[in-house]
Amino acid sequence: MIKNNLKNRKKIDSIFKVASKIITWSSLVVLAVLLYHVSITGISKLSLDFLNNFPSRFPHKAGIKSALSGSIWMLTFVTLISVPIGVLSAIYLEEYSKKNRITRFVEINIANLAGVPSIVYGILGLAIFVRFFQLDRSVLAGSFTMSLLILPVIIISSREAIRAVPKSIRLGAYAVGATKYQTIRHHVIPIALPGILTGVILSMSRAIGETAPLIMIGALTYVAFVPETVMDPFTTLPIQVFNWASRPQAAFHEVAAAGIIILLIVLLFMNAIAIFLRNYSNKKYDF
Amino acid sequence: MILKTKNLNLFYGSTKAINNCNVNIEKNKVTAIIGPSGCGKSTLLRSMNRMNDFIDSFSIKGEILFDEKNIYDSKIDATELRKSIGMVFQKPNPFPKSIYENIIWGPKINGFEGDKDKLVEESLKDAGLWDEVKNRLNDSALSLSGGQQQRLCIARAIAMKPNIILMDEPCSALDPKSTAIIETLIKKLRKNYTILIVTHNMQQAARVSDFTLFLYEGEVIEFGDTEHLFRNPKNKQTEDYITGRFG
Repeated sequence: MIKNNLKNRKKIDSIFKVASKIITWSSLVVLAVLLYHVSITGISKLSLDFLNNFPSRFPHKAGIKSALSGSIWMLTFVTLISVPIGVLSAIYLEEYSKKNRITRFVEINIANLAGVPSIVYGILGLAIFVRFFQLDRSVLAGSFTMSLLILPVIIISSREAIRAVPKSIRLGAYAVGATKYQTIRHHVIPIALPGILTGVILSMSRAIGETAPLIMIGALTYVAFVPETVMDPFTTLPIQVFNWASRPQAAFHEVAAAGIIILLIVLLFMNAIAIFLRNYSNKKYDF
Repeated sequence: MILKTKNLNLFYGSTKAINNCNVNIEKNKVTAIIGPSGCGKSTLLRSMNRMNDFIDSFSIKGEILFDEKNIYDSKIDATELRKSIGMVFQKPNPFPKSIYENIIWGPKINGFEGDKDKLVEESLKDAGLWDEVKNRLNDSALSLSGGQQQRLCIARAIAMKPNIILMDEPCSALDPKSTAIIETLIKKLRKNYTILIVTHNMQQAARVSDFTLFLYEGEVIEFGDTEHLFRNPKNKQTEDYITGRFG
């Protein structure tokens, strides 16, 4: 027998709807309050001087130049190191490797590595790059450490992008006498590229916001110069912000807020590129 | 005789997909492979240009002779072989590039050094698509209709100047009008090419082919002249299938 419980079910329906609405909006409100607070505190400190000055003992003189350039230096080398390694590994795993126990083991461990806390990569970087290879607390040591951190994410997202390329395209290429390399080079990579780039940029965003591993390998918190070679010491935006925020003077908290705004602008800009690329890819290849 | 199978057995893992197949495919004729779903039609077709090589569990016993040479011989390079034995797939699969680039890509990567524009024009004309696309060769191939895309894929295969074109249910994703156009095209193409076509549409086999091969559960039940096979099938199973009693 079917009970007429429609009224009850509709009630549950509307409760669920309201509950999910509240949860969504409450988290958005928290974010908005945070952004508002940071903007109000930091906006007065934002100026060209702030971008052009080195950190200082005096809040009104303190600027973000060394941190911003340190971040850019690091990000450049992280890109140069992690993108080729990550994308080529993804191509190997997805296109060339035989599916056996060893490759499955590698796959599972890459996924695991993506979940390892960043501080652990810091310890690893300290042991390998700073101590063993004697790179000291340089831009290069920081870049290698950060590359290790984001490599798993790049590999996983690139593999997904490559896997999403329809098999029929590959078969079509083979059917006109293409080699595997030609198929990958002319069809798979171009089609997967927007997806690969999206993954790359999102992991770059992660790299620019990470602090713990860099503090672990001994990136400095007070740097009054811009790195000129890869072997120079450096600092980055989040480290600088952390440094300012942990000072007792209230004026420095304003400087920290201004630093956060700069960091957020860089991050939002990178995410915007990722979204743009994703939409672009959806439009171009509609299978 | 251009293609010949000799005691051919095809396997997926331990499952036998084709059992002891011995057929001779005539040059410049259309041979249709018919049979109910899962009888091994596509498997047989795809083994002819070694497209099954991409399936890990696939294995073969016996021989497929193309110009008297076993194409599964270790001396034969599959990439090289596919230049001579082209393929058109079930679902149109043009590359997400321009119409022009779709045609010329195959010859280009194989070292073609001739008049590219001429080759594109000839191939598109042979595929009966030229008049529809001649003013927009640089448009994306994905802007074409399904039927046009399939003819583009045929043109892409033709551009390689193959000896044989394999067609794996080329009309199953198309409307009746596009199907009719492609069937007319197939009849025309037999002048220059040997065509093997897999179809689950018996009327289509009767309309376009010179020879018909009826497969059932991996066995060749009957193979012969199309008109003869459809009019007086020797085998009871063939008769049941073509009269629609099963399948």
